Amino acid sequence: MKKFNVVGKIERKVDGFSLVKGKPVYTEDLIKDNPLIVKILRSPHAHAIIKKIEKEEALKIPGVEIILTHEELPRIPFTKAGQGFPEPSPYDSYILDKKVRYVGDAVAIIAAIDEKTALLAMKKIKVEYEILESILSIEDAMTKKVLIHDEEESSGIWDKNKNIAAHYDMEIGDVEKVLSESEVVVSSTYRAAAQHHTTMEPHISYSYFDQNNRLVIITSTQVPFHLRRVMSRLYNIPIGNIRVIKPRIGGGFGGKQAYHTEQYVTAVTLKTGKSAKLMLTRDEVSRCTNTRHEFIIKVTAGADKNGKLKAIKMEANSNTGAYGEGALTVFMVCGSKTLPLYNKVEAVSFGGNAYYTNMTSAGAYRGYGAAQGIFALDSTLDEMAYKLKMDPLKFKNMNTIKEGETSDVFRIMGEGKEGVDQIMKSCKLDECVEKGKKLFNWDEKFKNKYVDGDKVRGVGCALVMQGSGIPGVDLGAATIKMNEDGSFNLLIGATDLGTGSDTALAQIAAEELGVSLKKIIVYSSDTDFTPFDKGAYASSTTYVSGNAVIDAAKRVKKQILENAATFMEEVPENLLLENEFVIDKERKNKLSLSELCTKLFYNSNQKQIAATGSFVGDEGPVPYVAGFAEVEVNLKTGKIKLLDYVAYADCGKVINPKGALGQLEGGLMQGIGYAMYEDIIYDKRGKMLTSDFFNYKIPSREDYGTLRCGFVESYEPTGPFGAKSIGEVSLNSPTPAICNAIFNATGVRLRSNPFTAERLFFKLKGGESNNEN
Amino acid sequence: MKTILNINGKDYTAEFSEGEKLDKILRRLGFLSVKHSCNSMDCGTCTVLIDGKPVLSCGTFAASATGKKIETVESLSKNEKLHPLQEALLEENGAQCGFCIPGFELTAKALLEKIPHPNEEEIRSYMKGNLCRCTGYERQHQAIMKASKKTGE
Repeated sequence: MKKFNVVGKIERKVDGFSLVKGKPVYTEDLIKDNPLIVKILRSPHAHAIIKKIEKEEALKIPGVEIILTHEELPRIPFTKAGQGFPEPSPYDSYILDKKVRYVGDAVAIIAAIDEKTALLAMKKIKVEYEILESILSIEDAMTKKVLIHDEEESSGIWDKNKNIAAHYDMEIGDVEKVLSESEVVVSSTYRAAAQHHTTMEPHISYSYFDQNNRLVIITSTQVPFHLRRVMSRLYNIPIGNIRVIKPRIGGGFGGKQAYHTEQYVTAVTLKTGKSAKLMLTRDEVSRCTNTRHEFIIKVTAGADKNGKLKAIKMEANSNTGAYGEGALTVFMVCGSKTLPLYNKVEAVSFGGNAYYTNMTSAGAYRGYGAAQGIFALDSTLDEMAYKLKMDPLKFKNMNTIKEGETSDVFRIMGEGKEGVDQIMKSCKLDECVEKGKKLFNWDEKFKNKYVDGDKVRGVGCALVMQGSGIPGVDLGAATIKMNEDGSFNLLIGATDLGTGSDTALAQIAAEELGVSLKKIIVYSSDTDFTPFDKGAYASSTTYVSGNAVIDAAKRVKKQILENAATFMEEVPENLLLENEFVIDKERKNKLSLSELCTKLFYNSNQKQIAATGSFVGDEGPVPYVAGFAEVEVNLKTGKIKLLDYVAYADCGKVINPKGALGQLEGGLMQGIGYAMYEDIIYDKRGKMLTSDFFNYKIPSREDYGTLRCGFVESYEPTGPFGAKSIGEVSLNSPTPAICNAIFNATGVRLRSNPFTAERLFFKLKGGESNNEN
Repeated sequence: MKTILNINGKDYTAEFSEGEKLDKILRRLGFLSVKHSCNSMDCGTCTVLIDGKPVLSCGTFAASATGKKIETVESLSKNEKLHPLQEALLEENGAQCGFCIPGFELTAKALLEKIPHPNEEEIRSYMKGNLCRCTGYERQHQAIMKASKKTGE
């Protein structure tokens, strides 16, 4: 394998210094004037028609600048999902609408000189609602004769008359036939819960007109370029008159891949000419943005008695909430990024509906359907292994995809459309399994159950996958320009959410240009100054944007060598770029990058060395994780403790070891939260009860035992220096692994997450918990 | 209303309205390292030190901080020189999005002042109120261990 100088080395985050010093680098810190404070009046009803809004009293309050309702704003259908154009999500949203579809839906935009005044105004607005019957579960959506999106203007909805936002089905081979011929068949239904992203920084945006009367939006977003395009369309402003800046942002995880604040501040700035700020409260972040899609998934699997998997049938239905952000794409990923793992089956099918309900809208969340799908699929296969009396790890791994193999699912299922054929050019899942097994001591622990009075320990494993970017859809681009001290500006549209992508992309540029990391000056996510990038989602950035950086760096390198050749009286083919010098292959003659650029700027053959590169994937290489969980269950109380979690990942070449480790550990922790603690609960009228950190428990430092992870490096030939992705795949394994471990400990299988003490307690007693759906 | 607040060793005249909490006042005075995240005293993001003890500024009235020593992350290091905790966080990649980091650093500083060489359990227990959604706490945990070695030497 190639020897690297910067790639694969532990490098400090390029933005780390500011972050550890607590410097003012986030949206709210950058506001220097006294903007209008924007607040959103929201619906107290899950489903209602707005009959009348009286705002006169509120407008009389001194300091209230403007109050906007659906009557004053353009009614243009759009999707809040930040996706490429045309979006595969239904156009079922409006800046403000005359109908509200969940508790928390936006009713009016209030702008005032300060928060107190805005909140006072909010109280004075009188809204008359005609309350409609509401739909508060997937089951309700299937049966109740209530229509959530009966408006004519919305488009891209699969069946408005059945509350079906999106539908998909596919079959390869004859699943029913193969199942009927299978010696062992297991069929189980799992319910994968919704989940809050809980970014520590609430959603915030700030808008103003610059000196040239162009609209500037500084915002905590994952998708600055998609945002610019959508604001242009909603408000009929040329794209060239909008600048979107993403500064440092306090977490994303998919939660900021949609527009939850920007359209409101934009409306205020456009109507008043004044700057405007909207920062959501924690309650609004929980209630009024997106959650993970809840899924009900029935998996039927067939195998022969030797453990050869023959058929998988996955029947899924999801809850997309009031609006369809990612309804189709998340739904498809539930199958497309789980089923290829088991590529040796003779027949496979996947299908079902994404239903509208009068609940908080679901959207993108790290794992994007795959986290839900693999919970059901892996756990069902675990049940199958039990039936076969086989070690589940052995059973699963003997049926998984290997290097050099493919799955028809790749070709058939993409995101919102057909997929692309791809052969696994890199796959070291086997080695992840071996290493994990050894570190975890699987063989010993699986065989010998530890029992101490009421306390029983159990172990479980799960094998998971994801993708790297959306092939054939999402573009990344990068510009590199050279400075006369031999440094380079790396301008990237890519969006660092805290993931460390600015650093990884700079490492890639430094490697290709033969310079140290400190010679790369990164500037990212500013639509005026950086080239286009799809944004941060679908585990894209290292793979897609990283390849764009390589493309740009190669172009710059070519220019450097050509120009150096003139000065060095050599041919470019005889020159190398190494340690900030251009050197001839005989190592006799050399020219420093700083000397070269200084000459080019001021003396001879004058020009700027710069280039832009772009990349769109022909395929989305698959990263893998093997996860292992050990739990201790108290049989009397149902309390579950996670003692140990081990995970090995194959994400291709690791660009920044500690960066990737942070991604892996962080994803696992969100997965552990999803498995064990995080529970979104609504009351009977559709009001979310878990909209703060007190009622919605995310893991703290005390809520798990040891977390041990590592990488098995493979080399992905289509990736930048062999890299794939790590962002999402890291989240997927804990829910099935912990589910399997609880079963191993107790013989009881919890098929709904989170696996709370209450749920286990009632299951152990032989009944169902109140919470069990 | 008005009060004098001693922040990072200097006195500031702070104007505030009735019921206003310390996080907002500190930000208004320019201490922008103080972040708000939950506003319900559940997440630890807005942590500052008052007389050396970690306190959630989103739930602290200005009056209760009057006459006491308030510390924010701005006081931890000057210019290029970092506090050992900050250095360790950088080395370990303990700051991903970084939003929880100011609160985290101050709680960790208080921990190391109380227990210069904490063991695993002591770190877990002391740091449990500082929620982080990015890291899984492991990098941060390592950073505290590393910093405790440095400060102890």
